[in-house]
Amino acid sequence: MLARTPVAPPPPAAPSSERPKTLAESHSASLAIENVTLRYGGPKGVLAVDDISFAVAPNEFTVIVGPSGCGKSSLLYLVAGLTELSEGVIRVNDVVVDRPGPDRGMVFQGYTLFPWLTVRQNVEYGLKRKKIAVAERNVIVEQYLDAVGLYQFADHFPAQLSGGMKQRVAIARALANDPGVLLMDEPFGALDSQTRSTMQKLLLKVWEQRQKTVLFVTHDIDEAILLGDRVIVMTARPGRIKADIRVDIPRPRSMDLVMEPDFIALKRRILGLLHDEIDEDH
Amino acid sequence: MAQNSSPLLRILVPFADIPRWLVVSLGILIWVLVLLGWVAASYGGSIPQMFLPTPGLVFSKTLEMIADGTLYTNTLSSVQVVVYGFIVSSVIAVPLGLWMGTYRVVQSLLEPLVNFIRYLPVTSFVPLFILWIGIGLEERVAIIFFGTFFQQLVMISTAANSVSRDLVNASYTLGTKRHEVVWHVIFPAALPSILDTLRVTMGWAWTYLVVAELVAASSGLGYISMRAMRGFQVEIIFLAILTIGLLGLIMDQTFRLIRLKLAPWA
Repeated sequence: MLARTPVAPPPPAAPSSERPKTLAESHSASLAIENVTLRYGGPKGVLAVDDISFAVAPNEFTVIVGPSGCGKSSLLYLVAGLTELSEGVIRVNDVVVDRPGPDRGMVFQGYTLFPWLTVRQNVEYGLKRKKIAVAERNVIVEQYLDAVGLYQFADHFPAQLSGGMKQRVAIARALANDPGVLLMDEPFGALDSQTRSTMQKLLLKVWEQRQKTVLFVTHDIDEAILLGDRVIVMTARPGRIKADIRVDIPRPRSMDLVMEPDFIALKRRILGLLHDEIDEDH
Repeated sequence: MAQNSSPLLRILVPFADIPRWLVVSLGILIWVLVLLGWVAASYGGSIPQMFLPTPGLVFSKTLEMIADGTLYTNTLSSVQVVVYGFIVSSVIAVPLGLWMGTYRVVQSLLEPLVNFIRYLPVTSFVPLFILWIGIGLEERVAIIFFGTFFQQLVMISTAANSVSRDLVNASYTLGTKRHEVVWHVIFPAALPSILDTLRVTMGWAWTYLVVAELVAASSGLGYISMRAMRGFQVEIIFLAILTIGLLGLIMDQTFRLIRLKLAPWA
């Protein structure tokens, strides 16, 4: 593991007697994916994910990249328990998971905020399902709204927000629930490049403040290296692991990294791996 | 292209906005034209009084029936029938429609029957209902119920079924349990469509009113129309039609406000 810089506690969101939850209380789980296979349409159907195994340590930020259609999103849906796996086992903290649950939060590629709830109520949603008391709920919600810089939009409906703001709320909503593992399925894929880099910066900042086990899917290699402790490259369909690369770039990281020789060398290597796949495919 | 056109030509640009005053004036204009046509046809004498009453006659009849309270009692009677029928129908159709749109097993069970009944004309059930239920309030309420329920059920089921799967998935990852999904996700997500359905079917319920009152009633706007027909009192028929139209309009606007209140996000 990389040596991390000391974590600064987040600024208090609102004058409150209770101290906001800090990193120490936020929990992270380990994730183990063992011989996982996904076949669509029965035993003779299309093989989407083929016998994948890897483990993610607590607090590790793992990014999965691969050519489109390689089953990287499917893998995330399997971990979330939203798709039933054909073979293999997925464990979170050594417990086998076979259905969706709040221990695996997810940020989706499309906008999935509940349109009938305000920003605040969206972030509060999971806490309400957990039956957390109002006072504590308010503290947590305000802290995360503050972390994604949307405090002043707390009472807006999602329809009143831009795409980038919606994804910021989605991140706050997932984090507020304090999942052991955070799954992110190309969360910035639908955003314009300017907004995307703002969002990457924000996610870096938030994650470096309160670490979390993250499994992040993207097709953007810059994004993968910038965010990840580790980049897993997948093959074209059926998806298998082609390479598992450690990103030894110290944190805190900034957007200027993309010009550094280390970064460019890593990018060239991953691009090379991906191009092999795309060339074989066509 | 639109910028160079004269104001007259600009209103002919497809989908172009027109000034607010023009919208209001045109809305008034169409009614003035209808009234003028009515005045010309009735006072001009080209159509006999027996078939087309003058606006003056309808107006004086209206005052007369307000004064003796008959307009009020008959209107109340009609509103009662529509509202009862509509409420009973909606109270069952909303939850059942949500289940039907959410669970394939409920859909598979109900759909074959619902799709059959949905296309039967309500009028064909009037004799049957009179035979079964009699000619009281219940029979008229049953007609309204029958006319609206199956339409509501199908429309609400479709609304529930078109709720984004991603929203449901997101709710699962936030800790929503399977049995909670209908209440916590499907219902609020479909609420704007449900309210639209209720508004539209409320309009349909009004159109079944006269059918319900034509045969078996002793009060109501449809009833006084039928009686007026036998006595050649065309002005009462006009009055009844105008009242039904006006009440429909009020109901519709009420629903519009309810929707703004209950679903301000959509």
